Order: sequence, then C-alpha cells, then structure tokens
Amino acid sequence: MSTIFRPYEESEALRSDRSAADRQRHREKLRRALKENIADIIAEESIIGRDRDRIIKVPIRGIKEYRFVFGDNEGGVGTGDGSTRPGQIVGKAGQKGEGGAGPAGSEPGIDYYETEITLEELVEIMFDDLELPDLERKVLRQLPSERAAKRQGYKKQGIRVHLDRRRTVRAKIRRRIASGVPAPAEDEEAEPFGFRKEDLVFRRLVEEPREESNAVVICIMDTSGSMDRLKKYLARSFFFLLYQFVRCKYENTDIVFIAHHTEAKEVSEHEFFHKGESGGTLISSGYKKALEIIENRYHPDHWNIYAFHCSDGDNFESDNQAALEAARKLCEVCNLFGYGEIKPLGSHYYDGSMLDLFKRLGADNFHSVLIERREDVWPAFRQLVSKERERTA
Amino acid sequence: MTNWTLRDLEYWDERIREKVAEFGLDCYPQEFEICDQNAMLGYMAYHGMPAHYPHWSFGKAYEQTKTLYEHGVTGLPYELVINSDPCLAYLMRDNSLLLQILTIAHVYGHNDFFKNNFVFRVGTRASETIAAFKTRADRVRRYIEDPSIGLEAVERILDAAHALAFNRNRNLAMRKLDPEEQKRRLLERAEPAPDPFPELHRRPKRAEPELNRIPLEPEHDLLLFIRDHNRELADWQKDLLTIVDEQARYFLPQIETKIMNEGWASFWHHRILTSLGLPQDLHFEFLVRHNQVVSPLRGGINPYHLGFAIWRDIERRFGGEGSKEAREKLVAVRESERDQSFLRRFLTRELMHELDLFTWKPRGEHLVVAEISDEEGWEKVKATLINQVGTGPIPVIVVVDADYRGTRTLYLRHEHDGRDLDIASAEKTLAHVRTLWGHKVHLETKLKGRPALLTCSADGFDAKLLV
Repeated sequence: MSTIFRPYEESEALRSDRSAADRQRHREKLRRALKENIADIIAEESIIGRDRDRIIKVPIRGIKEYRFVFGDNEGGVGTGDGSTRPGQIVGKAGQKGEGGAGPAGSEPGIDYYETEITLEELVEIMFDDLELPDLERKVLRQLPSERAAKRQGYKKQGIRVHLDRRRTVRAKIRRRIASGVPAPAEDEEAEPFGFRKEDLVFRRLVEEPREESNAVVICIMDTSGSMDRLKKYLARSFFFLLYQFVRCKYENTDIVFIAHHTEAKEVSEHEFFHKGESGGTLISSGYKKALEIIENRYHPDHWNIYAFHCSDGDNFESDNQAALEAARKLCEVCNLFGYGEIKPLGSHYYDGSMLDLFKRLGADNFHSVLIERREDVWPAFRQLVSKERERTA
Repeated sequence: MTNWTLRDLEYWDERIREKVAEFGLDCYPQEFEICDQNAMLGYMAYHGMPAHYPHWSFGKAYEQTKTLYEHGVTGLPYELVINSDPCLAYLMRDNSLLLQILTIAHVYGHNDFFKNNFVFRVGTRASETIAAFKTRADRVRRYIEDPSIGLEAVERILDAAHALAFNRNRNLAMRKLDPEEQKRRLLERAEPAPDPFPELHRRPKRAEPELNRIPLEPEHDLLLFIRDHNRELADWQKDLLTIVDEQARYFLPQIETKIMNEGWASFWHHRILTSLGLPQDLHFEFLVRHNQVVSPLRGGINPYHLGFAIWRDIERRFGGEGSKEAREKLVAVRESERDQSFLRRFLTRELMHELDLFTWKPRGEHLVVAEISDEEGWEKVKATLINQVGTGPIPVIVVVDADYRGTRTLYLRHEHDGRDLDIASAEKTLAHVRTLWGHKVHLETKLKGRPALLTCSADGFDAKLLV
C-alpha cells in the first residue's frame, strides 16, 4: 500500500468552479427573499427623510435553513482561562459566535445572514412592490433642484446647449443683407455664407430663488394597538411617497411625526413606527397637536403645509364632532390635508370608519383615500397628488 | 510561493507512515489531492465529495466558509478528509511545508478513526462512499433536467427534506424491527407477566394492543416514514427523500464523534511530529501551529482542544506515554465510544477543573456563568456538555400517528428532555413537514413545562397550550 499524491493541475482548476451554479442560485434566492420581506423591512427601517446612500443591514429570513432546534435560552458550556467564577459575564445574548458558541458537534453555521443594501436599492424594491410606473419614479427620485433657473434676455457668449438657433440664424441673415450679398434665388446654387462667431446668440439664464420654498410634511398616525406590521408598512410607504413628492417641489422640507392614540405626542421617525400603544383612539387629539405645532413653528404665511393622517378609522364615537372640527381648521391652514384609512381587505364592513364623516368637510384641499392592500398605495397616492397638481396648476 | 515540492511531500509521507505503523494505527490506503483555495472551498461546501448533487445551500455554505476563513477560525487551515476507502484528503497548495506535514499526519489519525470506530463501521460503507455520492448526484441532476420536473420542484422537496434529514434513527448499530416483528413484540408485551402466585392475585386485565395503528411503535425516521406512507408522492419525490436520508446517515457518525475524532487526529499528529525529529525551524513552526489548533475557545468548546486533552488524560491515567497498557486502552476507547459516552466515561472532574469548563445562561442581554467545575457544579456542567455534543442538539421527534382522528393528519411528538423547542424554527420546519406530507401536521411538545400542540395546516401555523 502506498500513498497516492495527485498533483495540482492548473488547467483543471481554472476550468472547474463547481459551486458557481449553486452560488448563483443562492444569490437569486437572497434577492427574492429581500423582495418578499420588503414589507417587514420597510415597516422596521427608518427610511423617510434619510440619506439615500445610507447602508442598511437587512436580516434575510427566507434564506435560512430551518430545522427543529432547541430554544435560545438553554445556555451552554464554555472553556475559561482558569479563573472563571459564577456570575461572571462571558458574552452578549444574541451573539452566539463569540460567547456562546454553537454545539460542539455541529458546524459553525449560525445563520448570520444579513445582507447590506443601500436605502436607494430598498426604495427601488419598494417601488417595484407598489408597482410604481417608471415615469413617476423618476420624478420622485429627482433631487430637488437647488434653485429654479429662468430665462432672462440673451448674451453673446455661452455654452452650446444654451445656443438660440433662431436668433443666431437671424443675426447671420442680418449680417448678410448688411454686407450687400443678395439672397440666392429659389433654384440657384447658393454662394456659401458661413456663420461667424459674432452671429451666435445664447440664452441667458438667471437663477431665481423660489418665493415659497419652505414646506413641512406633518405625518399623523394612529399608534393604537391595532396598527400591525402590514398597516405600518402601508402607512410608512405612503408617508415616504408624500415626503419625496413634497421634497421635489420645495427647497426646504421639514418633517414632523405625530403619534396619537387618545393623546398625541411629537416623536422621532423610529418611535413613530415602533411604538405600539394600546387603548382607544381620539383622532381629534392628533389634529389638535398638529394645529399646535403649526401655530408654534410653521406659520402658514411662510410655510407650505402638508398634513396627512393614517389611521384604521376606529375612532371613539364621542370624538367624531371634535375631530371634524379640528380637521376643518387644518384644512384652513394646510395646502393639503389628507386622510388615509388603512384597512386590510374586508374589515371596513364591520369596523368604524371616518371616511363618511370626513365627506362632510367639503374643503377642496381635503382628500381621503382607502387603502386595503399594498397595491392600493400607489393609486391612492396618485389620486392625492393629481388633486394637488390640479389645485396648484 | 510555496517552499515545497511533491517530492518533499512524498518523503515526509513515508516517514509519517513509518510512525503510523510503529504506533499501531490501522488505516485505509490514503490519497491526497493538491488543490488551490477556490477548489478547496468548493470541496468544503460539498463535504469533500468529488461528486455531489447541486443545491443552493451548498452555494451558501461556500460563501459562509469563505467569510469564516477570512475572519480567521480555529482548527487546521483547510484540512479536509472524507470517510472513504481509499481515504481521500485534500492539501492546500498555498500552505507551507510544515502545514502539509502536519495535515498529512492529522489525516492519518482521522483515517484510522474512520476505519476502526464502531459508529463508522456499522453506519457507513467506506468503500462505496464516492460511488454512492456520484450516483445520487446523477439521479438528482436527471430530475432537475427532466422538463416535467425541473429545478424549482426538486428544490422544494430538497429544501423540505434537508430540514428533517437528521430527525432520523440515530443508533445505526441497532437493527430496526419490521412491522411484523413490532406486532409480535406488542402482543408479547400485552401478555401479563407470569405470576408465581396466581392463587393470591387477581388476574390482571389484558390490555388489547392497537394493531392497526400506523406506526405501531413511535417512528424516528421522519423522511422514510413519509416516503413510505404518503401515497401522493411521485417516484422521483420518494427517491429524493431516500437520497437525503442516505446522506444524513452517512454524516451521522461524524456528528456523533466530532470531539473524539478531532482529538484523536490531533493526539496523533502531535505524537508523530514530535517523534519525527523535525529540523529546528520546522519544529518551531509546528509548535506554533499545534497550539493554535488545540487552543481553547474562550466561552465555547473547541473540539480539537477538548478531544486532545481527554486523549492525553486517558494515556496518562492508564499507564503513561509509550506504555503498552495505555496504547491498548486508547485503541479500545477509539473503537467503542461516541462523543456522549466518551465524555461521560472519560472526562474526569479533575480534568474539567483543569480546563475550567463552565456553563453559561442568558440573563438579560448578557451571557452569565452559571456553574463552574467545582465540588457542587461539575456534574451539572458535565451533563450540560453531554447534552450539547453529538446528536444532543437535535431534538428527538417521532411520528405517533399517520391518520390522527381519521383525517390523514400527521401527529408528531417531541420527546421532551427538559429543553424547549425554538418555536420560530419549529414553525418553519413544520411547514416543510407539511410540504412533504401534504396534509395537516401536529407536533406535541412542552413549553415552559406545559404540554402544547403546534399545528401547521392550510390556515397557517398555530400554537396552543393543552390544558
């Protein structure tokens, strides 16, 4: 018996990359898993008003290989350096790799699968999910132009794209007539008469600061216990679209989050989507808070105010009158006041709804939408925006 | 690049084999293949098999191993050996000469273990390993290429089968009874025990055993049971279940002897390399490398470290280095134990204290030391350790009823041993069971001491406490 050594074959090694197909397939699945979980991810991540290049770590759920395993709180065995004492801290929970270590018999394969993607990509996937048309995406993606440029007069020097052809040709004709060269007859071969530098006319563009360049988006959301993941996702994607839309129109856009159940509070985006409160709902509290903030910080003479409220519509009966009153006041100070009722399919038959009540408002800058499933987000948003475009046109 | 030639390897291999013979190790013929890093990672992803069926999880494994090595892991860099006859191992082209020598010696340790440990002997047929993996790969490829089946359909079954692969009979040495024998056993058990004083005692009532139930006795082989009792499965689907089960059976001995096996190989590479009379520079590199391999994993268990320490301890306690008694003891233990019994019998309180083994528990956001290997704690530490090695981390799940309440519902039971299941994984895994079974699935378990029933049906997942 003698041992066989098979030498390294370069050609063989270059030819075969046996795992390539399986790796490819794995990546495909990753991407798909990301798409399937987009609702969960958007519901969890702060995306509104964030830097588009920010990188987000997204845990991938769909790609995990599940087995029957024991729960996490079972503990395990470790090796010390000879001085271990009970009560000593040896690691952090949830980080098995360092402190805990998996069972000795198994592979080191804890599924630490997290993929990193930029907010940009995430938003793109969300747009896919909401079936946004391409054209509209472009508008929403555009960074707000710093200043609007306006045409004002002409100049002799400039860059090619600003060349005014009509005026340039006119200048040439004028020069030709002045120099006494006759215009060629219809059927005659024209004598060449070229352009000269002095013929060129360029448009002069001046940057004009916009008059109304401040806008604030006030997001009001019902955070009573009934707002679940799907509802949060729908609300968040709606607010996100609204914020992007407003940001494209105005130079300086503020955003305010108001969470309410029976009381309203101004909160951060993270809190806004992560705080689940129990108890009932007093919609008027949210509106009153919005009015209060507008009065203190965003005077309607200086600010374009966009307020939008998402709720599942289950208001206390007794509060309806107050809510209507406050909504009316909001309509007076806002450019646009919207109300989105988020109800998973079918539930609006038996749950309370504010939609009918708000019909009585009759203000032309009020708009209400009903969102039953994610496909509704985009049409609902479009409705809202087209109304806004109409109004400001 | 590298500081060795093939001739160097052959030279050292010969010297090592002299030592292997001298120490009485008993090996299969050995083959080494020299490959580059990419090929190595490829082999590692496919468990070292020259041929293996495709599945995305191996692509994932490839990427994970790559990341793992990039972040530095314990163990020998790129050591890979498979249980086959002839024994097949891979050497990394970019490793230094010393690392090649070390790996070769280490591989002979594994080779001897594969050939002689009873778990491997009864559980696997080493001479057929490579051919069997190849045929299975061909079969799976054929199903994928079959236009009436295709990749997605094959993947669906493989995904589900992989989830259940190790929920199978673990004791490969014990023959499974066929249904007829099970029936006979049930009937025998139903007979009352012979009573020497029938006049004194009332005649005990005979409990009629249920002979029409499927399965007659709780069944451990989940995949095979589903294969044999779900009549809606197509032949190719049944074949995939067979394939996954066969592979799991092949890998089971490795799971069951990780500590012994790595410890044994480390013990022998250490003994061989210290007796080779290595030139000083190589010897120095060897000491550094060896210490890396068997260094303790702070807060966890490094099987190389623990195994190496126990084998050394056995040698010391049973006659000392080089003695005939110690040699015989070592050989006997490597033949007849698996990790759980190995630790139970040979991990002494003194050694545990020396290694400073302890248990930890999560408390709040920290992992906190619960028991250390002192007078009061060592038995608990040992028990916890034994529970987490070998097949200890795999919950025992059995099929109790294939037609629960006459509704084709599959009723599974988790044999609760004090450790609760992770519910989130149980939910996903039950969905896989349902994919294969095609009907509703129940899993009976305990949650925080109370009996609970997890259900996966067309309406989704449900967990409720019984009583």
